[in-house]
This record gives sequence, structure tokens and C-alpha cells, in this order.
Amino acid sequence: MAFEPRIIGFLCNWCSYTGADLAGVSRIKSAPNVRVIRTMCSGRVDPAFILQAFQLGADGVIVMGCHLGDCHYQNGNHKTIRRMPFLKRLIQGFGIDPRRLRLEWVSASEGDRFAHLVNEMTEEIRKLGPLNLSVHREERQQAMHA
Amino acid sequence: MVTMTIDGKPVEVVEDITILKAAEKAGIWIPTMCHSDTCEPYGVCRLCSVEVVKGKRSRIVTACNFPVRGGMTVHTNSTKVRWIRQVIMELMLSRWPNVNVVKEMAGRLGVGAPRFVSLERDEAENACILCGACVNMCNDVVKAGVLGFAHTGIKREVVLPFDEQSDRCIVCGACAHVCPTGHIKVVVEEYRGKKPEFTLGPKTPIYVPTLQAVPRVPVIDTGSCIHFKTGGCETCATVCEPHAINFAMQDETVELEVGQILISTGFDLFDASAMAQYGYGRLDNVYSSLEFESILNSTGPTGGKILMKNGKEPRAVAILHCIGSRDTNHHPYCSRVCCMYALKFAHLVRDRTDAAIYQLYIDMRAFGKGYEEFYNRLLDEGITMIRGKAAEIVEGNWDSDGEPSLKVRCEDTLVGKFREIPVDMVVLCNAIEPRKDSDAIRRLFSISKSPDGFFLERHPKLDPTSTATDGVFIAGCAQGPKDIPDTVAQASSAAARILSLISKGEVEIEPIRAMVQEEYCSGCKMCNGLCPYGAIEFLEEARVSHVNEALCKGCGTCVAACPSSAMTGHGFTDQQILAELAGLMVESNS
Repeated sequence: MAFEPRIIGFLCNWCSYTGADLAGVSRIKSAPNVRVIRTMCSGRVDPAFILQAFQLGADGVIVMGCHLGDCHYQNGNHKTIRRMPFLKRLIQGFGIDPRRLRLEWVSASEGDRFAHLVNEMTEEIRKLGPLNLSVHREERQQAMHA
Repeated sequence: MVTMTIDGKPVEVVEDITILKAAEKAGIWIPTMCHSDTCEPYGVCRLCSVEVVKGKRSRIVTACNFPVRGGMTVHTNSTKVRWIRQVIMELMLSRWPNVNVVKEMAGRLGVGAPRFVSLERDEAENACILCGACVNMCNDVVKAGVLGFAHTGIKREVVLPFDEQSDRCIVCGACAHVCPTGHIKVVVEEYRGKKPEFTLGPKTPIYVPTLQAVPRVPVIDTGSCIHFKTGGCETCATVCEPHAINFAMQDETVELEVGQILISTGFDLFDASAMAQYGYGRLDNVYSSLEFESILNSTGPTGGKILMKNGKEPRAVAILHCIGSRDTNHHPYCSRVCCMYALKFAHLVRDRTDAAIYQLYIDMRAFGKGYEEFYNRLLDEGITMIRGKAAEIVEGNWDSDGEPSLKVRCEDTLVGKFREIPVDMVVLCNAIEPRKDSDAIRRLFSISKSPDGFFLERHPKLDPTSTATDGVFIAGCAQGPKDIPDTVAQASSAAARILSLISKGEVEIEPIRAMVQEEYCSGCKMCNGLCPYGAIEFLEEARVSHVNEALCKGCGTCVAACPSSAMTGHGFTDQQILAELAGLMVESNS
């Protein structure tokens, strides 16, 4: 069977989640690989959630928020944008390709953009192949015990 | 008040006014040529000469600038005065024999053919009679100071400085307005190939916006008012008896504390000059829908008559639907109101003129109550309906005689033929589009827009008047194109929603809030600066942070940032989200 990436999407309630909803009601087809977790604001996305997602076997994580200046909470997405570069460097240290983590802005009216980003991300992760972090870890653990 | 005598008649007047004003009060006419109420007295024509008697001596003075004193005796029609006026008129007639104001005044004073021969004789009907009205207007009233006199005696003339077009001239036209002979004209030149505007708006800088304006008071357009260009004029202020005109008035920013806000900022009209094929702004007699509405208005520039720029009635009018709407190059949505107002236009054109009427439509959308009936009535009125969007408007000929007109080129898709229809006037049904500054308004209230750019309602079917922000409501074309009945319905609904909250007296807030578990809080204050609402305060005594639940909106930024995991967000706790994550991964792992 072909490799189907498992991607976790953290979507803010006001723009991106509504945008995803719009993609749905507009019957825009997109890859089913992104599984969505709703947060009130992209600023709520604790870096620990992203690390946990990778640890649990996600092949990619996409965080979506309102366009800069459009945040329902005035500037929550500015806090997200500050966290991302650190996180990308951090996951590189764990051997995870930084392309597996993306931050994108999707407004409530951009259903087509949501679908496009989902498809694009899925294709990119498909090319990168499975993350297999847990396999590495098991191998490492076995090596340690041996 | 002092008493004086004019022509044997006692008059009581305020001291220091001019003899001319006093005579006016007494009902006695004194001829004037250079006098104007708006300018300072100039006394150059000398026609207003009168005889002032003091004791046994008398002297001749000009009434327009000679002040009144108590006990003064004035003769305005004595032999001496009549003789002086006659000589003045004869001199003027000999120099400007064909100027109307001079001829009229001579007739009134009983002056026939002049005895003199002027070396400077000017046969023109609109010759400059050197009255100085324009110079005084320009210097005293408008305060532009462009016009002036040059030379003296018979060489005297009105000139521009250095005989050149002056940058200080604001082209207000006041000089042309006061010129009694029509010697000065304002010439509107073509500017970069663009023809002079046919003003559909107000014609003067001070005007009442509409007849229905509330309050019905005039406003001043500071862009075209002379006072705001030169600091002069103030003519309106001098004639306003209650002294209601205040040039120093400024825009005010008023701060109000309110609990709820209804946004009904309306729409902008699509600028049809973006579609060059229709010639809007380039061809004469191509109008946008709002311009045509103003032509139809009985208080409009033509008084409600449907006229072309040359003042004639059009022989044929084309009404073009869907300009900028239902068009993938501009706005994909339907503007909803155009079909019906286009039919209304057709009805009024049929009512007021004998013009042939062509409607060029894509689809007729007569969707409301009584609308389809109106459409059928219009069909009976003999209107030509052409299914097909107009391709372009070109300048053409009415018939083989070569009389110029416009031509609409289109494909009639019901007949399956290409047509060229000669018309005199074209009305474009421009799309309704979001206001240019709607993004700024949107950000101010943290509300979203739908793909068409209009403000987004909370739910398209179940909650069409409220928004994602509590207490902020939307109504009318700010939410999407709609006609008057729909706007009234939506606005009434929004008002009812607002009133229900007011009568309730309290607001329900979402349960999604952040909370500090004080036993875990290390007092690092990291969350304090992150909160966009200032809802987190630091309790100095307990050395912990505390969330004010009434201010907190529940975004969770502080929860994500807390290094001790002391901050939790109701509904979105770390455990809940991690459990969600684990659930998703388990499902996909299996």
C-alpha cells in the first residue's frame, strides 16, 4: 500500500477552522490526510503539542491562524509566529526535517486556500516519506539494551 | 440714529452709513455703475454723484462712499447733479457705444447721442468699461489678488500680473460673475483629452446635501469653497442674518461608551471606468446607475428631465445589466438590486420621454414580492429586452445621415445574431461592492469577511445579523448586496437583538476562560505581558498571577506560554488537547 502521510493540523477557531468549514460546505475536495484539532487561537498551540504530535507518530504538523492583523484576539498570531523559528530549529535537533512543520495563514473566506495548503502539505510529506521517529527510538532502545 | 434730509424728505438713519444706503432706505434711486454690495465702495464711475448742501455752500460728492452726518441735506436730482451725470454718460457712450449696461443707463438718464468723439472708441458689445468690479472682487472678496489695473488715463486697463496666467488664480470665476458686460469669461479647456465634467452634484460650494437631508442645513465643500483657498470671500457669512456660518468649525471625534454596535456602513459603487469597453468617463452620455438616478431626481441638475449633455432628449436609451457583477474578472457575485432598478429606470424613461428603451441582460432576476408582476408590466410597456451582455459601446452614427450617436454592440443570444444598436444614452448597472475602507473597519471590530469582501455574519442561515465578536451586529449592504426590504428586515432584526440584550441588563459570556492554578504558579509574570486584553494581573502578596475572568476572552496564548503549566484554559486544557491528539494518532495507527 502506498504511503499515506498522517498530518496533524492545529486550526484557530475564528479564521482557519471557519475557512476549513467553508471548504467543506463548498464541497472543495482536499486530501483526507490532515486531521484537525481546533484551538481558540493559533497562539494557544503550545510547542509541546507539536513535539507530542511528532512523538506519537505524526509525519507532519501544520499550524494555521488568521492573517497578520486579522487576529480575533488582536495579536495572538504574532505570538505563534515568534515561536515557530525556535521550534523548527529544535525539531532539526531531533532529526526531523523542518519542512514537516508549517505555519500558514488562512482566513475565514479562504476555503480554497485551505484545501490547496492541505494538498500541498500532503504532497510534500509524501515525498519526504514517513517520519518513523518511533522506529528509530525503538532501534535506539534495543541498541541500548543490547 | 441721526436725521438728514434727502430731496427735501427727512430720513432717520445710522450715522456713518453711506449716502447711497440712506437714499435706498428713503426709496430714492441713485444711479450706480461700479458699485457692489459685496465690495468696498470704489467711487470710480462717479455716476452716483450727489449735491451736499451745508449752509450756503454746496459740493458734489459720490454717494457710494460719502458718510452721512446729522442734519445733512442732500440733493440727488438737482440741475447740477443731472448735468454731471449726463456728461459722464455721454463720455461713456462715446467710448463704448454698444455695451448694454451703458446703453441702458444712458436711456434711463435720458442721454441721447453723445457730443464727444472718443479716441479709444470700442465697438464691442462686451468691451471692458473699467468699472473695477472684477479687480475689487478679486482683491477684497476673494483675496486672491490676481487682477489689477495698469496705466492711467485713457490707457487704463485690467491686467494680470506680467500679462501671464497666474498661479494664484484659483479659477473661482467670481470676476466673470460680477463683470457687467461679459468681458471676462471662464474658459474650460480640455485637460489631457478628458472632456469637462458635466456636474451632477452641487453647483456651488455651499449647498443642502439633499432635499430630504436631516437636519436640513447647508454644508460647505471645503475643497471648492473660495474661503478655504484664499481666506477671503465669506459672502455667505455676510448675507446670513442669524450668523450661522462658522468657517472655523472642525470635525469632532466624539468618544461614546456603548455596549453594542451595529455596523451598517453600506457599499461603494463599482467604478465602471475599469471596464474600458463601456467608455464610462470617456464617452458622453454614458452614466452610472447612481448618476442616472440623480438625473431622474426632480431636484437634480436637469430638474428630473431626461436630457443628454447637449440638452436634447435622447431618442434611444440602453440599460446595461451586470457591469462588474457576475463577472469573473471583477466580482463573481450577483448584486441583486440591479435587475429591478433597471426596470424602474426603463419605466421612468418610458414615462418621461418617447425614447426607445433597450435592456441588455444576462438573466432577469425578479425574485421578490411583486417583482415578477412589475417585470411583466414592463414587457407590456414595449421595452426591448435583449438577452446578451453588451460587448462594447462605441461612437457611431444614428443613421446613414451621419448624425453622431453611441452604438451598443452585443450578441442577442435569443435570436442568435450579432447586433449594433444606435442609442443616445447608456445607463450602466454598476456592481455593489464593499466599502474601500471595510478592511480597516473589520480589523477594528475583529470581524471577518466572506470571500466577496463583505462582512461575515456568524451563521449564513441561522444568525445573519450578528458577528464573531459579541455585541457587534451588521445590517444592510455592509453584509452583502441587498435591496431595501431585505435591509429593513435585517436592520430590524439587529435592533431587536440589541434591545433584547439591553432589556436583559446582563451579558452572557463564553465559558472559555483561562485560569491560574495558584499552587503551581511560580510568579514568573511571563503571561502578564502576553495578554492582549490586560486581563492578567500579578498579586504581589501571594506572588502569583491572577486572571480577571470578565476581561479574559479565552484565546489561550498565556496557557501555551506558561512554563509551569499553572495556567489552564477551560475547554482547551493541555490534557484535553493531548487526549485529542492521542485519539487521532491511535485511530490512524490502527
